[in-house]
Amino acid sequence: MTSGAAPAAVVTRRGSGYLRAVGAVLWKDLAAELRSRELLSAMLVFALLVILVFNFALELDLATRQTVTSGVLWVTFAFAGTLGLNRSMAVERDRGCLDGLLLAPVDRSALYFGKALGNLAFMLIIEAIILPVYSILYNVNLFLPGLLGVVLLGSVGYAAVGTLLSSMAVQARTRDVLLPILLFPVVLPVLIPAVKATNAVLLGLEAAELWPWLNLLIAYDVIFTAVAFMLFDFVVEE
Amino acid sequence: MQPMPRALKALSWVSAILFLVALGMTLFYAPREAVMGDVQRVFYFHVASGWVGALAFLVAAGAGVIYLVRGKRRWDSVELASVEIGLAFTLANLISGAVWARPIWNTWWTWDPRLVTASVMELVYIAYLLLRQGIEDPDRRARFAAVYAIVGFLSVPLTFLSIRIFRTIHPVVVGNNDPTAQGTFDMTPPMLQTFLFSLLVFTVLYVALLWHRVRMQALAESVEERKLKLLSA
Repeated sequence: MTSGAAPAAVVTRRGSGYLRAVGAVLWKDLAAELRSRELLSAMLVFALLVILVFNFALELDLATRQTVTSGVLWVTFAFAGTLGLNRSMAVERDRGCLDGLLLAPVDRSALYFGKALGNLAFMLIIEAIILPVYSILYNVNLFLPGLLGVVLLGSVGYAAVGTLLSSMAVQARTRDVLLPILLFPVVLPVLIPAVKATNAVLLGLEAAELWPWLNLLIAYDVIFTAVAFMLFDFVVEE
Repeated sequence: MQPMPRALKALSWVSAILFLVALGMTLFYAPREAVMGDVQRVFYFHVASGWVGALAFLVAAGAGVIYLVRGKRRWDSVELASVEIGLAFTLANLISGAVWARPIWNTWWTWDPRLVTASVMELVYIAYLLLRQGIEDPDRRARFAAVYAIVGFLSVPLTFLSIRIFRTIHPVVVGNNDPTAQGTFDMTPPMLQTFLFSLLVFTVLYVALLWHRVRMQALAESVEERKLKLLSA
């Protein structure tokens, strides 16, 4: 009986240690950001600029707004997200923090999940500011529960694959230009259903129009998270 | 320098001859399609090059997995070779599609999901080459490239799923049919034979090209090694 109970205890301890490691990496990123605020402010200003540029480029009058809002929102999130991903990994690289993290006696995938959750948190914060600002500026109500769900699902997939690719991009010679080139074509299976589902919610289409896109979005969230989890080891290996 | 293996030499000749036969079959053996006319003949090579493109990217992802598990440099060159060939064939697929679409859809290009995903696939693998270029350390380059080949391949299944998920105007000739597609037709037996033969020929051609390219990579590496040895001596 005792021999049966012992491994279970080890498993639970290891499990909670793993979660603690993920939490520690996440907390490190959030705390550093709370003190410097350099990442969030850059992302936010950039996101607002993108919306302003779209305003001039597309002449966002009432008729156009109906059809392009979902596209404008997701392009804004994707651009601001790249900025955040690049910066959050570059910080680890520049100050030698990555080596320190790698020396920590925790599973490498815990580092991945910590970084990915941090990146997701930054994206969600930006989105939480951009959505009301867009609602006010263009007089559209974006606070629909369905839309918030789609935004969350899309951001999860984006952060999952973005964290993996940005940790590769910062280690390359051409790092600044490389991330968007690597990320955008690959993340399209997340962005396309996200845009389509957002559009379906905004236009108030029935559930039958929405679900195929949501299913695709969830499928790619799962695929990207699982693949990044398995491959992260090879990206940080020295 | 090692001489070219006999089997490779034979394979190259066989694929050259088969290719000429396939060309002859598409031009003379397959009947003229009743509605679309001669431009339909592009279909045989269009689908075959699309197939080889997808196959090449699948092989690249597989080689990436094997490289990450085994760590043998040979698999890295298979992966790179396969991506390069896949890029060429996907481009051929896109261009031949445009040639067909001009008279049938009355436009070179349309933002149809099928077309978009095919061009995204092309972009993924151009990004793959840029990634390789940006990393000097050969081990790291091989590792990162393998990771990207695997992640990038995940966007390829979307190309094939897209025709079922999205409403598309791209015809589905093989398998069931979508009434909204424009330019569909039913294949007669000679058409089907030509079609299947083209698929076979392009696959053989792919194997021959892959072999040549991997061999070239090995030669380039041995030249590099000899150069280093000579300089250090």
